[in-house]
Amino acid sequence: MNPRPLDFDDPDRLYTVTGGRSRVDDDALDLVTLVVAENDPAPGMQSEHVAILRLCRHEPVAVVELSSHLRLPVSVVKILLLDLRDTGHITVRHPTSATTVNHPADLETLKQVLVGLEAL
Amino acid sequence: MDSKPSDQPAAPGAGGAPAGPAGEVPLRRTVRDALKIVIVGGFGVGKTTMVGSVSEIRPLSTEEVMTEVGVGIDDVARVSDKRTTTVAFDFGRISLDDHRVLYLFGAPGQQRFWFIWDQLFSGSLGAVVMVDTRRLEDSFYPLDRLEHHRMPFVVAVNRFDGPGPQPSLERVRDALSLPGNVPLVDCDARLRESCKGVLITLVRHLATLHDPTALQEAAQ
Repeated sequence: MNPRPLDFDDPDRLYTVTGGRSRVDDDALDLVTLVVAENDPAPGMQSEHVAILRLCRHEPVAVVELSSHLRLPVSVVKILLLDLRDTGHITVRHPTSATTVNHPADLETLKQVLVGLEAL
Repeated sequence: MDSKPSDQPAAPGAGGAPAGPAGEVPLRRTVRDALKIVIVGGFGVGKTTMVGSVSEIRPLSTEEVMTEVGVGIDDVARVSDKRTTTVAFDFGRISLDDHRVLYLFGAPGQQRFWFIWDQLFSGSLGAVVMVDTRRLEDSFYPLDRLEHHRMPFVVAVNRFDGPGPQPSLERVRDALSLPGNVPLVDCDARLRESCKGVLITLVRHLATLHDPTALQEAAQ
């Protein structure tokens, strides 16, 4: 049931996987948004959707890791993930410490990161 | 020999079937917040090596594609007529505690890959600019873009084993026109302790930008 490796350079393949959709609201999912499967794959599901649900069945998996494991470009994976989210098959955990120019990481978070790094 | 060229990472999941996370170190179930640090630099400077030295998983790679037109394409039937650009990037991760995981991204520094930068830098804590003193000019564009993005960063000189004397940090700072408040450190991307030190330097720098007295307590 694993998806076949796809040729990144073949737009026709990517067109098929996404049903012809070419863009996604970039703010909806970050590269490091964590994905958790909420249920098992249903019969008749698109193979890429099945693969995603299996990959994040037990533990959360980041969008970028799903992209790497599925061998699909990040933007394509995001489209597939929004399908699954909208149908209740996955939930997502957005990065809560994400920074912006005007909102750098808070000091408490940075201190916790330091503790984690020093323990390496 | 010193590093895998980060612009051409090995094909992910080589061998056909994707390697599921089950075969890797999975994230903790309780993780709810993922943070990012971006390592940027020229071709072959050691970005992937650094990611691999500190990551709890072997560095993974993936790709992003961008059509020349970028956002706002409504007529998808025409997409295949557009020129598409593919950029590969590597990443790894470090679980910090039960709730936080830190992702490290190796970002290609070349100007033609500018489009991946917004996505990689969005929400990042900060950046490490990796420098090879034999090719300092490769660092000019990344440094310029980071300043443009107002993304805090530190500069790490990857000391390759090479013949001849290497320029001092002071000379590197001059050559890169780095402001005095930007930390500049030596590192060896192959060594875990060295890379860990670079990341700690970055996070301490971020804390100091936040509050110059932030870490005085910890230092005492």
